[in-house]
Amino acid sequence: MTNTPILSVRDLVVEIPTRHGILRPVDQVSYDIHAGEILGVVGESGAGKSMTGNAVIGLLDPPAHITSGEVLLKGEPIHDISRDKLRRLRGRHMGMVFQDPLTSLNPLLTVGEQLTETIQEHLNVGQSEAQKRAIAALEEVGIPAAAQRIDSYPHEFSGGMRQRVVIALALCAEPELVIADEPTTALDVSVQAQIVALLKRLCRERGVAVMLVTHDMGVIAEAADRVAVMYAGRLAELGPVRDVITEAKHPYTSGLMASTPLASQGQKRLRQIPGAMPRLGALPTGCAFNPRCEFAKDRCRQDPSPRLDTCDGRAACWFPLNIKEDTVA
Amino acid sequence: MSALISVRNLTRVFDVSKPWLNRVIERLPKALLTAVSDVSFEIEEKTVYALVGESGSGKSTIGKIVVGLVPPSNGAVEISGIDLATERDDRKIETVRSDIQMIFQDPYASLNPRWRVRDIIAEPVAAKGGDTNGLAERLLEQVGLSAADASKYPHEFSGGQRQRICIARALASGPKIIVCDEPTSALDVSVQSQVLNLMSDLREDLGLTYLFISHDLTVVQHMADRIGVLYLGRLVEEAPRDALFAKPRHPYTQMLFDAAPRMDAFGREVDPPKGEIPDAINPPNGCAFHPRCPLAVDRCSKERPEMRMIGETRVACHLAE
Repeated sequence: MTNTPILSVRDLVVEIPTRHGILRPVDQVSYDIHAGEILGVVGESGAGKSMTGNAVIGLLDPPAHITSGEVLLKGEPIHDISRDKLRRLRGRHMGMVFQDPLTSLNPLLTVGEQLTETIQEHLNVGQSEAQKRAIAALEEVGIPAAAQRIDSYPHEFSGGMRQRVVIALALCAEPELVIADEPTTALDVSVQAQIVALLKRLCRERGVAVMLVTHDMGVIAEAADRVAVMYAGRLAELGPVRDVITEAKHPYTSGLMASTPLASQGQKRLRQIPGAMPRLGALPTGCAFNPRCEFAKDRCRQDPSPRLDTCDGRAACWFPLNIKEDTVA
Repeated sequence: MSALISVRNLTRVFDVSKPWLNRVIERLPKALLTAVSDVSFEIEEKTVYALVGESGSGKSTIGKIVVGLVPPSNGAVEISGIDLATERDDRKIETVRSDIQMIFQDPYASLNPRWRVRDIIAEPVAAKGGDTNGLAERLLEQVGLSAADASKYPHEFSGGQRQRICIARALASGPKIIVCDEPTSALDVSVQSQVLNLMSDLREDLGLTYLFISHDLTVVQHMADRIGVLYLGRLVEEAPRDALFAKPRHPYTQMLFDAAPRMDAFGREVDPPKGEIPDAINPPNGCAFHPRCPLAVDRCSKERPEMRMIGETRVACHLAE
């Protein structure tokens, strides 16, 4: 694509200095998200997916900080600007949806007050116009009787409705980028389907770029256009969702797919990846996945960790799998 | 065919009213939450029976009633023909109690952080004055950890390893039945597959019976022989696994299957289900699912459907066929 991507992350490194040395929860991660595109970011807990999202919108908790790399919003660098400037960008150009809808809303303010505050903060409109827009925002995310519900407090909404309010809050100042960090993890299956459908519709209708962080491969398959698989702070694989899921090139991705119970598999034994993800303080030399990888060779243990751009651009692996996953096992 | 566990017309009502004085001052009625309503099913020996449902469907409450952590308000649970709630003979109660164990969802909250793993695992036997010599070490190896781990504390283990410790503790008393309440929901996919494989192996080696409680349909499909679907405390459908997945008969089961995200459904446009789970304090009249049901007719809002057999499936719906 020739047009500038909405979000462009270049060789992003996040470090946390600790007593036991410097940890790198995000290590040289690069990706783009274009308008109207959903990029799914998957990985197990501790893989650095939420940390990447927080780094992008400048919400890293100290002492975690960006040490190198760039974050570009519509071509403009935002990783080294002042907190004040960043604060104005957040909300106006970047929206955020967190996992737990109850803790991301203020329990002492009605949802209407929270929405109008955000709208007036970022857009130059009066009180009544802001009120109108707030109602429209609630209607857009599918809250019935929005004009009446606007004076309700967050505790008066159910879990699914609260997550809709959070999405309305993220979208009310019309940002170009939305970062959704596990938006459906706390919700039931039927409500999850509603929220995923909502995100897809907003993305399509408004051309918003969405970074969807989740651990659920099913959600990724249904919602995302492209998917980034993270392992131990590094990108393991990045590509169109269909290719990554059906023809994984990184042994980790392939293992992750095979260990997810699938309807078609029946009660056959699940393939398991031995061991667990290494702690950041104790990463193995070479490729971070090599101790758990059934295909690991000497090069994987000795050479510096493979990166997407030093490999084929799809998988960060010296010996990518090219065959379909079911024939590997 | 012998039913190891038989659950008959089980009902559990929780009193969730405000304190007495508030009720008087604010003139509020008593609030009663029916968590489980008239549920009956049987579990045969050496099978896996799964209960699925969304939050508030009563699946965990049933699990707790079966192990005896919560008494039923009405109905009965019989294990090998003995009802824990009414049985008078202490010896019989003892035997049943050591026959049934439980694994909980959160392996971080269900292990005492101040106890060594050895003591945690041996506790079910030690509490009855049994011989615990070498027991923890043997069980740790059986669940894929090393005997040397027995002298460590829970914080030294990852989530998956802790869940293995919970399984080892559940096995300590040599039970016949294990109630597993969302045993893998707190775990990552690759760890989940390790734990599920371990549970399948143990079931074969030791001839265990599982009551498997989960909200994850793919996990249930992988593990269960027979599945019961719960909605708002009521059993809406029950069938052998293959029959249920081949032809779900209750509209709620169908909705649940359609809504579950699938790894092979790229960019699928689902028509998301309408509405949400209603309030369990004031459940809808008649069939609890009728306000969200695409097929609902007049009768559904008036008359609660009885369980009836269609082929191999038991279903509580007026219209299912």
